[in-house]
Amino acid sequence: MSVRPRALVLQAPGTNRDHDAVFALELAGADASIASLLDLADDPAPLDAAQLVVVAGGFSHADALGAGRMFALSLDQVIGDRLRAFVDSGGPVIGICNGFQTLVRAGLLPGALGHNASGSFQCEWVTLDPQPGVCVWTEGVEPVDCPIAHGEGRYVHPDVAELERNGQVALRYRRNPNGSDADIAGVCDPTGVVLGLMPHPENHVIARQHPLHVRGGGGGLGLQLFRRGVEHTRRS
Amino acid sequence: MSEIDRLTVTSLGADPRSAPLVASAQLLGVAEVVAIDVADVFFVAGTIDDTVRDRLSEVLVDPLLQEGAWGTPADDRSGTVIEAALLPGVTDAVAATVLAVADTLGLAVEQAATGRRYVVHTAGGRALTDDERDRLANRLLSNAVIERVAVGAIEPAFAHASTPTPVERVEVRGLDDDALAALNRERGMALDPAELRAIADWFERAGRAPTDVELETLAQTWSEHCAHKTFRARVVLPDGTLAPSLLGRLRDTTEKLAAPFVRSAFVGNAGIVSFSPGVTVAVKAETHNHPSAIEPFGGANTGVGGVIRDVMGAAHHPIATTDVLCFGPSDLPHHELPPGVIHPRLVRDGVVAGVADYGNKIGLPTVAGAVLYDPGYTANPLVFCGCIGVGADVAPPTGPHPGDLVVVLGGRTGRDGLRGATFSSATMDATTGDVAGASVQIGDPITEKLLIDLLRDATGCWSAITDCGAGGLSSAVGEMAEHTGADVDLALAPLKYPGLAPWEIWLSEAQERMVVAVPPESIERLREHARRTGVELTVLGTFTGDAVLRVRHGDELVLELETSFLHDGRPQRTLPAELPSPRRDGAIPRCDDHAAALLALLAHPNIASKEAIVRRYDHEIRGTTVVRPLVGAALDAPADGVVLAEPSGSVGLAIGHGVNPWYGVADPERMAHAVVDEAIRNVVAVGADPAMVALMDNFSWGDPRRPSTFGELVVTVDAICEASRAYGAPFVSGKDSLNNEYLGADGERHSVPPTLVITAVAHVPDADAAVTPDLKAADDQLVLIGTTRPEFGGSHLGAVLGGFDDPRSGSAPEPDPRAPERYRRLHRALRTGRVRACHDVSEGGLAVALAEMAIGGRLGVSVEQLPVDDPTVALFAESTGRFVCEVAPGDAAWLAAELDEPVHVLGTVVADPVVHVGPCRVGLDAAVRAFGGAS
Repeated sequence: MSVRPRALVLQAPGTNRDHDAVFALELAGADASIASLLDLADDPAPLDAAQLVVVAGGFSHADALGAGRMFALSLDQVIGDRLRAFVDSGGPVIGICNGFQTLVRAGLLPGALGHNASGSFQCEWVTLDPQPGVCVWTEGVEPVDCPIAHGEGRYVHPDVAELERNGQVALRYRRNPNGSDADIAGVCDPTGVVLGLMPHPENHVIARQHPLHVRGGGGGLGLQLFRRGVEHTRRS
Repeated sequence: MSEIDRLTVTSLGADPRSAPLVASAQLLGVAEVVAIDVADVFFVAGTIDDTVRDRLSEVLVDPLLQEGAWGTPADDRSGTVIEAALLPGVTDAVAATVLAVADTLGLAVEQAATGRRYVVHTAGGRALTDDERDRLANRLLSNAVIERVAVGAIEPAFAHASTPTPVERVEVRGLDDDALAALNRERGMALDPAELRAIADWFERAGRAPTDVELETLAQTWSEHCAHKTFRARVVLPDGTLAPSLLGRLRDTTEKLAAPFVRSAFVGNAGIVSFSPGVTVAVKAETHNHPSAIEPFGGANTGVGGVIRDVMGAAHHPIATTDVLCFGPSDLPHHELPPGVIHPRLVRDGVVAGVADYGNKIGLPTVAGAVLYDPGYTANPLVFCGCIGVGADVAPPTGPHPGDLVVVLGGRTGRDGLRGATFSSATMDATTGDVAGASVQIGDPITEKLLIDLLRDATGCWSAITDCGAGGLSSAVGEMAEHTGADVDLALAPLKYPGLAPWEIWLSEAQERMVVAVPPESIERLREHARRTGVELTVLGTFTGDAVLRVRHGDELVLELETSFLHDGRPQRTLPAELPSPRRDGAIPRCDDHAAALLALLAHPNIASKEAIVRRYDHEIRGTTVVRPLVGAALDAPADGVVLAEPSGSVGLAIGHGVNPWYGVADPERMAHAVVDEAIRNVVAVGADPAMVALMDNFSWGDPRRPSTFGELVVTVDAICEASRAYGAPFVSGKDSLNNEYLGADGERHSVPPTLVITAVAHVPDADAAVTPDLKAADDQLVLIGTTRPEFGGSHLGAVLGGFDDPRSGSAPEPDPRAPERYRRLHRALRTGRVRACHDVSEGGLAVALAEMAIGGRLGVSVEQLPVDDPTVALFAESTGRFVCEVAPGDAAWLAAELDEPVHVLGTVVADPVVHVGPCRVGLDAAVRAFGGAS
């Protein structure tokens, strides 16, 4: 019987999809717990013991200075070196929505996330097409249906061609909801272990959550991504 | 010596805030505006050198998206520069975060403030007139309630300490009624002559003059807002007989129903029910009307925050919020706007942004609601905010007990909500000592989120809990101490800035605070939880046991009142009622073109898609939303109710609303019954069990001292009590907001239309069997359930056609006595899974219901068999108690047998994209366009 890998969900004041991420991780076969940066400043042991890290979505510090900026700053101060060492050792990290914005600002992922082209927060379902490349989280994954819920999700990168050459474009929107460059919904670091994406795969982990379920329809579960992450911990 | 610098941050691309501002400028009659550039401004004070500037720029400016410039910008000659900044003392999460950044980076920044810079460009560079410039500055780009504004660069202003005013003793002994009335006016206490007399008599007996703290506390505790004097008043009927109070009737109705699932009704912060073993559900809905009228964003924002705290104050964990919003017409011409009133479109945009901001940031799905438009709401918009929470079905905490500590958790106390109007007109600059007490605040959802987390983790640490809402600590501590008494020291309260007088600390309506009673042995455990969660905790005093409320400020005793006097000393009001006599004449509007009428109804703002608003709210968070506000093949059709279900569970909760002010104008009594019916029908349609429905009532009316207005309330309450009994659905919580009136330039008082919002929260036994209204398959049968009558009083057909000579013509829908049994039987039928779609028939009647189902399924309908001969009645009457169901071919007979009453087979679902209902034939595309056209 395989041991369930330990997953740690990082949160800051205003993170609010941490419990949704825990539910998804548990369903994907991990033992998940939540730690705030305040907890880790007291005692970093849970991070040292983790085999998979999620930077969860929400409105850390109310997005007061722009999404993820304050979270990134404190992340860097409190656990920056440990998190970089975790990534260097091949540990899988996923930043979802505000977590993506945070990892970009912290320099672990390329590009930037600006205000949606609509100028507004948008909550709607999207279909994500996994792209061929280096990302361990999306390898062999079927297209995923899940919701977006963000106001600052327009992905911007000065050289998308370079990202593509490196295989770092992990997920594309089938229909671009927010004006992201080249329909990019998710990108990874050059090694493929760190994935950031704006949509919320943790909110489509059982069939009933799909809005077309009542019509007998549905689509690919976001759970696939968490399963890939968990499988990666078993490989490494 | 502290120095001040500013950083102006501009988007590299188009700033998404610009385009809506241009549209709004044109709405305000400044047509030649072609662009409004927006930039963010950060002010910092301290030792500001190049290192500080560089480090701050790294955090505040993203080089891929923005550019930043330090120092005051040179004059921009390309347009008119207008800058706005929050008044000192208004909650400013951005400034607070700038200070947190500086602290993290070790930078010597002592104070921070924020602002916005606008550059207004006109066609051909024409200069704005002074009037146009002021209109934009004051009515679009800033709001004097919370902001100041300048043409050109604005001077920063930071919160400074002021000298607190000493406690004042106000003589009331020996004053006659006239002198008491003068004192009442002077201090803005809004008390009745009898109430003033009761206060004077009490201090006469006490042998001393009250302090300002005591007077403010009594005025607050005895206010309409806190004491609900109208709903507790004895009713004088037209024949002179006395009748029980409105609140008494509601309570009595719920008690006599004795529904086994009710745990707590009409006491405490929220109603509590239990639909599943081991789990309780707390429900509450509140209004935040006046604040939203004068500062739409902040008013709605703090309205959401307040109702969530109500649920926390009932010791429940919030899981979802709802909102029902009433606005004036968004296309109201500028010249028709009453003086001093914010344009309805700006009110709507601000309110929606405020609801979205709080709900999205605190992390609760904003799931159910309604948006209504009527000219009666232009000066008095209504904002109803609701919250639902869950808890463990255990005995509630029994405290406070004598010896327990009085503990305040959460945000700091400032001059928030105190006599804001007198402060806001003062000119502010960096040297101004005073801090304005804005009468409306901006919420701080993150602080409240941390409170939710703390209360979830630290259960068992307290013996009683309540929220700090209207009246602040005076109300929270005063209510908790009703049976014990308490002794607190205001000098211990953590302040946002120094210099508050004791009465200001005691009455402050600063947001995001909870008060808990903590047994001394639990305080260290709670303190540790608070530290880990990042919540500020302060012990203010103790609950005593002698039933006296004592408030000190350091050594000075500033309030000493028997709690019995504070809570029970107010004389009961007596209010005369003049009962309405509605017309019930069965008139039918003349309709010559049914297809055109259907398209006009689908495009009417009250019926048309609310997608543009709904998508601004996160309704997906927590992963529990099974039936969403928008459903169907293209996810753009309206659901009747919403269903929430934990992903790990099988049961769900349905939430539905009923509201119809147009019936309210025509016939308040029938309106009341109809909206209870609609709320229940909405939850039954999605799969809820009608035997397990709890109801909430929210009233927004005009001045109840007018006998005709009070009479409307009397018949409305009687009718909802009658409906509650008929459906076996108990009311568990409610709230009234009265005096929603505007004194027009014509010298007349204009009241909002009688607006009763009923919220139904109900048990869904099988979340996987939830039903939606979108059509599922061609060839299925369409069946109408219920009775269609010529009922057009307050109807939307009347609204789009103007089809009556007299707008008071017609009958509002009468109650259908067979409806309760019909809903029980329909529920059993829905649980079999053989009903493929189910939709209630409401505004716009059968034709609109069928069109919405067709839009949802992107399928056509072919209806040849109308339920009554007159096609106008068949298509557009708004009789209650009706549903349209879609069943498999041949299943109509089965459904009729299940319901044990005649049903009406209308026709079939067709693949052909056409909505064909009797004489009306409309293409599905045209229906989709009409329905999606307005917002």
